[in-house]
Amino acid sequence: MIKNTTRNDIILSINNNVGISMSLSSKIVEDIFETIMIELENGNDVKISSFGTFNLKHKKTRIGRNPKTGIESAISARNVVTFNGSNNLKKKIR
Amino acid sequence: MTKSDLVIKIINLNNYINQKDVQKSVDTFFETIITSLINSNKVELRGFGSFGIKKREARLARNPKTGSIVAVPTKKISFFRMGKGMKERLNK
Repeated sequence: MIKNTTRNDIILSINNNVGISMSLSSKIVEDIFETIMIELENGNDVKISSFGTFNLKHKKTRIGRNPKTGIESAISARNVVTFNGSNNLKKKIR
Repeated sequence: MTKSDLVIKIINLNNYINQKDVQKSVDTFFETIITSLINSNKVELRGFGSFGIKKREARLARNPKTGSIVAVPTKKISFFRMGKGMKERLNK
C-alpha cells in the first residue's frame, strides 16, 4: 500500500536519525517551513543543494475560460512558487 | 538563500543548544523527502505544499539541430505544488 509522507513522518525520521526529542524535531520542522516562506515572501529564491530550488514567480492577469461552460473570465494576477529539482534529485528519481 | 543560510537562520531564531543537531535535522528533513520521492510516494506538508512524482511516457522526439528522430525513454519527474497556507501568504 502506498502511504503519503507527512509532517509527522519527517519529525519521526529526525527524531530517529539525529536523536533529539520529538518536540524539538517538530520545532525545527516548523522553523524550516517558516524560514523558507519568509524568504519567498521577501522575493528571494531558496536554493537547497542536492535537493532543488524554490522560485517565486509573479503571474500577470490573463483571460481564461471556464472549460465547462466556455465563458471567458479574467484570471487575477498572482504569485506562485515553482520548484526545480536539482540534477542530483532528477538522477535519483529517474 | 542556500541550505547553510537556512541552518544559520534557524539557529539564530532560537538558541538551540546544539547547532550540529540543527544541521543534521535540516539534512534529514530533505533526505526524507527525497527517499519518499524515490519510492514514488507523495509528500504532503500541510500549510506548505506537496511534493510528488509524475511519469512521462516514452516518446519519439526530434533532435532540433539535425532533425533525426530520437527515442525518449519513460522518465519520472518531481513536482511541487504550493499549499493553501503558502498561497495565502504570498498573495496578501
